[in-house]
Amino acid sequence: MTATVAPTKPAARLEGDFVLRRLVDLQGTLPSAEMDLSGLTSLDTAGAWLILTEARRSGGAVTGANPAQVLLLDAVKAALPPDAKPTRRRRHVLLLERIERLGRATWRAVQGLERIIGFFGEVVGRIALTVIHPSRLRLTSLVFHMQETGLNAVPIVAMMSFLIGIVIAYQGADQLRQFGAEVFVVDLIAISVMRELGILLTAIIVAGRSASAFTAAIGSMKMRQEVDALNTLGLDPFEVLVIPRVLALLVMLPVLAVIADLAGLLGGGLMASFTLGISPGQFETRLLDTDVSHFLVGMAKAPFFAVIIAVIGCFQGLQVESNTESLGRLTSRAVVQAIFMVIVADAVFSIFFATAGV
Amino acid sequence: MENVIEVRGLVNRFGKSVVQNGLDIDLRRGEVLGVVGASGTGKSVLLRSIVGLQKPNAGSVTVLGVDVLTADLRETRARWGVMFQDGALFSALTVRENVEAPMRVQTALPAALRRSLADLKLAMVGLPPKAGDLYPSDLSGGMRKRAGLARALALDPEILLLDEPTAGLDPIGATEFDEMIGALRQALNLSVFLVTHDIDTLHATCDRIAVLAGGKVLVTGTMAAMLKVEDPWVHAYFHGPRAHAALAV
Repeated sequence: MTATVAPTKPAARLEGDFVLRRLVDLQGTLPSAEMDLSGLTSLDTAGAWLILTEARRSGGAVTGANPAQVLLLDAVKAALPPDAKPTRRRRHVLLLERIERLGRATWRAVQGLERIIGFFGEVVGRIALTVIHPSRLRLTSLVFHMQETGLNAVPIVAMMSFLIGIVIAYQGADQLRQFGAEVFVVDLIAISVMRELGILLTAIIVAGRSASAFTAAIGSMKMRQEVDALNTLGLDPFEVLVIPRVLALLVMLPVLAVIADLAGLLGGGLMASFTLGISPGQFETRLLDTDVSHFLVGMAKAPFFAVIIAVIGCFQGLQVESNTESLGRLTSRAVVQAIFMVIVADAVFSIFFATAGV
Repeated sequence: MENVIEVRGLVNRFGKSVVQNGLDIDLRRGEVLGVVGASGTGKSVLLRSIVGLQKPNAGSVTVLGVDVLTADLRETRARWGVMFQDGALFSALTVRENVEAPMRVQTALPAALRRSLADLKLAMVGLPPKAGDLYPSDLSGGMRKRAGLARALALDPEILLLDEPTAGLDPIGATEFDEMIGALRQALNLSVFLVTHDIDTLHATCDRIAVLAGGKVLVTGTMAAMLKVEDPWVHAYFHGPRAHAALAV
């Protein structure tokens, strides 16, 4: 069935299907005169819209509709916008507007930073309070999160560190052999793993695992109004959700760092013995000669990284609004921010320890 | 009268629980069929089976002469509109883009035309012009349902399937929604499959009512017929205090 317009003036008789599927073909074919609908085989809202907007533009009348079509035309007519022209989006954004947008974005970022620092302050305050009143600590929750963020991360952290140890030993051995200084590979492994890589890579893995988990868990609770429910029950969401997570990571990240150090040394030691012929005994003697400060420097960073990861994860979780999209956006933001801030903190520590001469 | 939906011998099992056990139900052209039943009697599962979201264990579902279980549904999907509970609007799109979404998938309309038609549909369900630019999360529950209905109507379907359209609305909003469905159904010549708990909605909009129980349709008929049914659940439903208040009007 085709739609045609028979040119009989003054009333033009419309024929065929005036429906959505044919709308593109029909557009622009309508007469600027009275339209007689008695020849239509079908009409839907799209067709009615086309006829009515055309009639309004030309001022022509619409006649010959059957009772069902009259109902439809009336319904569509009532819904037509007061101005028949389709609203158009502005294409050109003025330079001024762009500057304004940049300013707003900057201001939002500053405000976000302010809020997260405020949040951090509250976390520290609450932890201090928990130390004074240990009875307020949620032990079950703490242990659960220690298992989730700590124990369950052991295999992946150990595996990764073991492989890093192997890589350093292998790469280092190649270079050091040129000077006949193979035995220094032990120092290389020990210092790089214990001082930097063990803790840094552990923190990055934990940021990926746990910061995202914190944001997703707290965020979905926020979305389903569970956080509001906690508030109305007189439970402090901070105490119930945030503190156990922060404390759990504070306890477990140093433990994971020790495991990472051990696994890294094991990997490096194995590689050294296979490719360079450094026996385990030699490795041990050389290792014990290494200054213990390297290990301590690495471990000193762990609690700071833990707080960074947990605070960012929990903070972003509490920023989730009622739509699902914000949950995904904030989860990925939590991971990126946590990893970024861990690396920034690591750089600051490097400068600090270098200045302090440790 | 022609049946636009025909369900025959539908069986849906989830593990050991049998939700539908040989269920038959018809939707006739031009009517509004209200589907009621206690919680867990499979109203939503039935709706999902009809639109092909749930693969039944046995039975047949025919919509507009097309076998939903085997045929390619691409053409048929343009001929029915589904409104899920709470609208199920895409949260990443504005309300207008939500209404445009079915047109994007099913038609090749230019953007300006799509936009005008989406605005028309939004106005037809009683949303203010500004609502089109908002995101679903900015809307109230009632507005979300209206937007969901506008999306369901985007392609001028012949059949409209509604899942609990008035749940969670205040009585005034629910009444307005009922009236709107009645008016649109007249204007757009719709056949409506309406799953609901709301006895006011049944009273105001439905031509026939089907009661689900024990995995089957227990009884079908008009509101007047429902009042005479002896079954304890049906009796309690249509003669309870809420029902009396609704039917007294």
